[in-house]
Amino acid sequence: MRLLATRWAKAAAIALMLTPAALLAWNASHGDLGANPIEAITKGTGIWTLRMLLISLSVTPLRRLISLPELAPYRRIAGLATFFYAAAHLMTYVWLDQFFDWHAMLRDIGKRRFIAAGLVSVAAMAPLAVTSTKGWMRRLGGRRWKALHRLAYFSAVAGVVHYLWLVKSDVRGPAAYGAALAVLLLARAVPVKSVTGSVGDS
Amino acid sequence: MPIPRTTQIAYREVTPKSLYMSRRALMSAAGGALFAGLAQSGQKLSGYGKSRFSTPEKPTPYASVTTYNNFFEFGSAKDDPVVNAKGFKTSPWSVVVDGEVSKPRKLDLDAVLKLVPLEERIYRLRCVEGWSMVVPWIGFELNALIKTVEPTSKAKYVVFETYFDKRQMPESGGTGLSFPYIEGLRMDEALNPLTIIAVGLYGEVLPNQNGAPLRLVVPWKYGFKSAKSLARIRFVEKQPRTTWMAANSGEYGFYANVNPEVDHPRWSQARERRLGEFTKRPTLKFNGYGDQVSALYSGMDLRRYY
Repeated sequence: MRLLATRWAKAAAIALMLTPAALLAWNASHGDLGANPIEAITKGTGIWTLRMLLISLSVTPLRRLISLPELAPYRRIAGLATFFYAAAHLMTYVWLDQFFDWHAMLRDIGKRRFIAAGLVSVAAMAPLAVTSTKGWMRRLGGRRWKALHRLAYFSAVAGVVHYLWLVKSDVRGPAAYGAALAVLLLARAVPVKSVTGSVGDS
Repeated sequence: MPIPRTTQIAYREVTPKSLYMSRRALMSAAGGALFAGLAQSGQKLSGYGKSRFSTPEKPTPYASVTTYNNFFEFGSAKDDPVVNAKGFKTSPWSVVVDGEVSKPRKLDLDAVLKLVPLEERIYRLRCVEGWSMVVPWIGFELNALIKTVEPTSKAKYVVFETYFDKRQMPESGGTGLSFPYIEGLRMDEALNPLTIIAVGLYGEVLPNQNGAPLRLVVPWKYGFKSAKSLARIRFVEKQPRTTWMAANSGEYGFYANVNPEVDHPRWSQARERRLGEFTKRPTLKFNGYGDQVSALYSGMDLRRYY
């Protein structure tokens, strides 16, 4: 699978991951987001944050499972795509929903736990996005970098909790995302030795 | 005119069974025709009057009113009902009106429609989720229906029960609500002239996703109070436990009056987004209908009775 290591394959992955955002922007500019476009943007960016988060967390277990070390760089791409959607989601709230009314937002955070949980999730992602470069990896050193990037699990749990707390009564969506996350976290508990051909695990 | 004491009549005066049965068939066919005509969503309604209670605000576009719906029997997403309610059977339809009344009735849809002349009511609708629209409903005041059943002194509350058929509403499963959907009003709220039973919107028969063929509209309360596709209206002595109260009593109270001063744990109620508008507008107490309804709640702590 040398193809995966090429620049073109990575560019294609980035393009694919940004497609939902492009579609959302296209539909928004053409008035195709239904009766409540701002809600559609909020929900769209939110759900794609969770999806990208799950994709980024599945890279390592998948790489081990099918012994495909070339997959490793895709974790960073998916991770950065996650942060991109999370930032877009947060900006939708700050700008289109609250119109930079900081007082209202502070009250909102204090009063509504789902907003606090969402904010915690994004806040945990930010340092991971910043330190995603090779330079930061070197500066921090492998062990510390790895320890820091375990925040991804915490951010994912906070993200699913955010989703669970915001739904009114239908919990099927958050339950499905929670179950997928549980599988991905449990996959990490499986000893690496039991899987053959794994190289350079992190 | 003297009234004869005796009820004895000659056999020849009795209408032969075959004749009255054929008359009945004719009448029910006529009723059925009217019915079938009315039950067709999209069918134009005519002869309805205007109302002084209508807002002069611009109605929300028809496309938004009929595609953005909370109707959990047909799924929990806003765009579910327009798809899933398409085949919903609204004809024949009848509504039972009973409980603490002297004259319980079961009314066919055409009987309901003939109670009083229909009128257009252009009302603001404010959802608890923080969005709002303006809907040109067509309907009649609920009090007209209430009068015909003569509630007794024990009738303190009115319970509205939505039609439920799991086979026609498979998407109701998993939504986290139990059905049939139950809503309720205090008697004086139900008698208020603003409280209507809607049978149409935008000059036509109510689309299925908007609660065909009959739904409650209570414009000064959050939208979930306005129960759809009514099957039963029951008069009771005790305050009923509504569907949303049962699902989450900490968030949804019995009164559910639109009130920017009483915050909801999930959504700030200070402002709202009118569908089609970019920025939010301030929410009005009782959704702007305070002149007509605030007297109903004088002396009540609206924070406690949310």
